[in-house]
Amino acid sequence: MTVPTFESLKLGDDIPALKVPPVSRHTLALYCGASGDHNPIHVDLDYAKSAGLDDVIAHGMLSAGYLARMLTDWVPQSAIRSINNRFTAMTHIGDSVTCTGKVVEKFEKGNEKLVRLEMQAHTPEAQTIIAEAVIALE
Amino acid sequence: MIEKKHIGHEFSPVTVPVEEGRLKFLAKALGMTQEIYTDPDAAEAAGLPGLLAPPTYPFVLEIDALELVDLVNLLGETLGKLLHGEENFTYHGPIYSGDEITVRKKITDIIDKKEGTLQFVISQTEFINQHDVKVAETLTNYVFRH
Repeated sequence: MTVPTFESLKLGDDIPALKVPPVSRHTLALYCGASGDHNPIHVDLDYAKSAGLDDVIAHGMLSAGYLARMLTDWVPQSAIRSINNRFTAMTHIGDSVTCTGKVVEKFEKGNEKLVRLEMQAHTPEAQTIIAEAVIALE
Repeated sequence: MIEKKHIGHEFSPVTVPVEEGRLKFLAKALGMTQEIYTDPDAAEAAGLPGLLAPPTYPFVLEIDALELVDLVNLLGETLGKLLHGEENFTYHGPIYSGDEITVRKKITDIIDKKEGTLQFVISQTEFINQHDVKVAETLTNYVFRH
């Protein structure tokens, strides 16, 4: 990993995107067990239908995990100061999830040089998470 | 409708051990392949005291400490009405396998939207490790559809 420097980044720069294979029922079963989020709406079709949905839906936090993975593929995790995720649409079975981010602010606080990123996760149909992260760089 | 009396409710603190196997499982579920997330020997070689917990791991601790169904029951609601609105993380330090993290969660606000057909329940959670260091904080917005 070549870590970007504060000086090297410009407003509007894109960070390397992350594209994840289509979400399968297996993906959701693994995340259900691994995360401890056992809400049946993500893995039990009968339950999802009883709640008025056509099918199970992905955990929002699965895509938030992908957004965080885009960051840890780009900088060491110790550089991440905060990540805010707002869930805006559902992710369905078969959707491929793409994560993107760009630099929207450079600032200094305390002794740290920080960049603010606007990020999003989206499927072919919809933007599913609007997110923001603050990253400390040398 | 969720009653406003729950604003300020503090759940009993729960201490959760950070298990190596669980972190590996989470890394697999998220497709994280860097060895510091998956291989304890590689983590040790990198000078870390254990596997590094991924950035969204505090959410896992939050659920382990307090099952969603318990939160929903407290509020007198059902899981089927619940959507996750926001999950915000602030980081102060790393979490490693072998740590013991105390999770302190409280309900800080309940907001009615769209004439009460939607309600937002906001919680804030602190994560404190065995050295009494606050390593992370989260803010969660639970959305209930009535």
